[in-house]
Amino acid sequence: MNSAIRRLAVAAIILMLALMANSTYLQAFRAGEINGRNDNNRVRDSQFSVNRGPILIGSTPIAQSKPSNDRFKYQRTYASGPTFAPVTGFYSYLFGRSGIELTMNSELNGSDPSMAFRRIIDVISNRPQQGGSVTLTVNGAAQQAAYSGLAGKTGAVVAIEPKTGRILAMATRPSYDPNVLASHDLQKIAAAWKNLSADKDKPLSNRAVQETYPPGSTFKLVTAAAALSSGKFTPETKVSSPAELPLPQTTVPLVNEDNRNCGGSNNATLTIALRYSCNTAFGSVGLQLGPDALREQAAKFGFGERPLTEIPGVAASQFPGDPNQPQTAQSAIGQFDVRATPLQMAMVAAGIANKGEVMKPYLVQSVKTPDLKTVSETKPEALHQAVSPEVAAQLTAMMVDVVNNGTGKPGRIDGMQVAGKTGTAQTSKERPPFAWFTAFAPADDPKVAVAVLIEDANIPRSDIAGGTLAAPIAKKVMEAVIGQ
Amino acid sequence: MSIASTSVIQIIPRTRRGVELLLLVIAIAVSVGAYVNIGITVQNAVPASTGYYAAGITLLALIAHFALRYRAPYADPVLLPCAVLLNGLGVAMIHRIDLGLALVAEANGRTPKSPAAPQQITWTAVGIVLFLVVILVIRDHRRLQAFTYTAGLAGLLLLILPLIPGLGVNLNGARIWIRLAGMSFQPGEFAKICLVVFFAGYLVVKRDVLTLAGHRFLGLDLPRARDLGPILIAWVASLGVLVFESDLGSSLLFFGLFLFLLYVATERAGWLIIGGLLFAGGAYFAYVTFGHVHRRVTDWLNPWAIDGGQVKLGLMGQAFGGVLGRGLGQGHPEATLYAQSDMIISSFAEELGLTGLIAIILIYTLIVERGLRTALGCRDIFGKLMATGLAMSFALQVFVIVGGVTGLIPLTGLATPFMALGGTSLVANWAIIALLLRISDQARRPQTPAAPVSDETIAMAVQKQ
Repeated sequence: MNSAIRRLAVAAIILMLALMANSTYLQAFRAGEINGRNDNNRVRDSQFSVNRGPILIGSTPIAQSKPSNDRFKYQRTYASGPTFAPVTGFYSYLFGRSGIELTMNSELNGSDPSMAFRRIIDVISNRPQQGGSVTLTVNGAAQQAAYSGLAGKTGAVVAIEPKTGRILAMATRPSYDPNVLASHDLQKIAAAWKNLSADKDKPLSNRAVQETYPPGSTFKLVTAAAALSSGKFTPETKVSSPAELPLPQTTVPLVNEDNRNCGGSNNATLTIALRYSCNTAFGSVGLQLGPDALREQAAKFGFGERPLTEIPGVAASQFPGDPNQPQTAQSAIGQFDVRATPLQMAMVAAGIANKGEVMKPYLVQSVKTPDLKTVSETKPEALHQAVSPEVAAQLTAMMVDVVNNGTGKPGRIDGMQVAGKTGTAQTSKERPPFAWFTAFAPADDPKVAVAVLIEDANIPRSDIAGGTLAAPIAKKVMEAVIGQ
Repeated sequence: MSIASTSVIQIIPRTRRGVELLLLVIAIAVSVGAYVNIGITVQNAVPASTGYYAAGITLLALIAHFALRYRAPYADPVLLPCAVLLNGLGVAMIHRIDLGLALVAEANGRTPKSPAAPQQITWTAVGIVLFLVVILVIRDHRRLQAFTYTAGLAGLLLLILPLIPGLGVNLNGARIWIRLAGMSFQPGEFAKICLVVFFAGYLVVKRDVLTLAGHRFLGLDLPRARDLGPILIAWVASLGVLVFESDLGSSLLFFGLFLFLLYVATERAGWLIIGGLLFAGGAYFAYVTFGHVHRRVTDWLNPWAIDGGQVKLGLMGQAFGGVLGRGLGQGHPEATLYAQSDMIISSFAEELGLTGLIAIILIYTLIVERGLRTALGCRDIFGKLMATGLAMSFALQVFVIVGGVTGLIPLTGLATPFMALGGTSLVANWAIIALLLRISDQARRPQTPAAPVSDETIAMAVQKQ
């Protein structure tokens, strides 16, 4: 009998070993996958109780965790919440995270592999997990100027440092207060969330990067870039610019905004055409170049890509796939199905400003451990050479002319040259046109490129123009950057 | 095979009660340490109830210890400390989840439920009382052999109890509970003990018949067809448990127990093969035919599909614990359904991590192997079979419930011995440990001279030492 009992003893040990092996697989090897599940409330609760690192602008925290006396131990607080909301995003118990809070989550809560060493030390010394800090590229004064400039309006502003791609400002209106969503009063958050998501003005949407709009005349910069790069045009090349341009395949002509010809001429130069933003001139240039050349040029500025990875849900700007001739002419002036984010139009200006080289835009300057050791530092990265330095110089001169003599006059800054382009995109009679202004300054040594979009300003339709509505905001933002 | 030819190494007769006491002190220290640790992490203070808890567990452990000194001095010294440790840790974890649930209730503006830990301590006391009864009343386990058929009948009755309308209740899809005087009991836990006594007694008598050579097939001695009766009855009975009580775990436990004892009694692997095939066939039939069995299997294959399913929440808890665990009081075991009862192993895995879970499984293994060691050393066949049955019931039960919670096999509603919240199981397990200790006392006691000596004489002799 004993040999049978011994065999059972071995069998019992095998059963127990099977349990241990299975648990080892589960807890040591599959744990990461299970902890990463969206429906894992434990992980959410524990992360909510971590001393999360701050999000900084320079050395000023715009988001930080302060000790609280409830079950979560720390309360996330946002200084000037609505101003920085499109960048920081929110960190909510019920509704997850957005913005930098989402994309830099593992760095902020200290669980990132880059902080593994630090975490091991914490475990050994029995200290609670502490998050790292994320320093942004955002310029506080520029962000403030952008946000106040948008007061009372619906719209967005993006400012970029042309040489590096650092995002200096990213503002949107209407905004929301992330403090409300980060509250520990769950009923209050649920109610606030309900209001925010039901609001037809979409305050939760980051218009600067997550929405696309018809870029209107600001897109003429892309058309001009394609024309100059083709070798068939110079800034002085005369193009057909009547009050009405008859289009093939349709009886509807392309018309200029003021129903007049371009600066008094039916054959204006490219420079004059840009100065007065003549639709007929750029429509005919577009027809000559063809949709493929326009699309390629647009792609070189970043259309079709999602170049910014630090904000979730960034939209790709687009140029229509296969337009016919009238549609090509419309597309050449930024109408029809051309769609662009304000970020994209800022990148167009920044590319021209940076001798034709478009830099990859970024928001995170550096990540540091709680004891202020730098974990990572973002290096500027080139995205594309959109145009040659020569073409960039020609475009810059044309844009300076727009601000000095043309539609962009409200964007002028005392004591320096500003290069810019206005845009007023009509979509339908039901909604007001989109007012745009994109610019950079100083023109000879650009420090900042900016794009401003006004979706709605609650003013009469006839008063809406990129120059009068959007340019003053761009000016304030550029002054904020350069004035420092 | 006769007992004279067993290959047991001669045991040097030492009582080892001092070792037991030392191990008990360690077990109590670990349990009380866990309790204090939980208070400090969850409430930022040594809990006021620490004294009550420490005094209670110490008193109960010492009572059991001195009962052994008095009535079973040669009993195995490891079993009692292991049981005390598991019971103490279980109470600490139940207390910890009480605190967690209270915090959740507070956050949601509800009044917290009354804590479960005091209740479990009360049941521990009842368990120790039964332990004392077994140790003090059953002076010799061989006397139980006289109750073979009584035990069989009692076991059967206990199994059927939950099926009686008005008495049995459906809980979590299984009908293995009865409700009496406002309290719930799981009669299957005691049925297990009765059936072990019955199987052991029955096989002592029948093993010669069952060992008779039948056909030899593929190198295996298969039993004669007419001897298949008992195994078929056990098979039908366990399938009955599966079908009528919806309890795969109990079914597997009872049939497995019978098979193991049959194998030990006859030493013929053919029985295991036949039994294994019968069980596999029955289980497959049940899987195809019965919705609740089918559901258990699909839940097991894809636990993630069920929102708020206990297996899913439990697996998340275990993953959250990782290798080293969150630390006592620092996880969220209360987020799992039935965290104090069915899923308590998951709660430990979450807060003590893989490391702690393996330690707990090793303690269970120790109990099982000490039980089988007792069976090896036991000098009578009935005792051997009983010790094997009790030890293997422990092994099977731990495998079925821990395997279910950790996702190795489909989850079934067996209690985690000594740890899970629930009076019946706790009390029954103390009875099992008492029986094992009783048998081990007999097994480890110095070989008496040829003339039979009464227990009283031995006890006196021991006291003189």
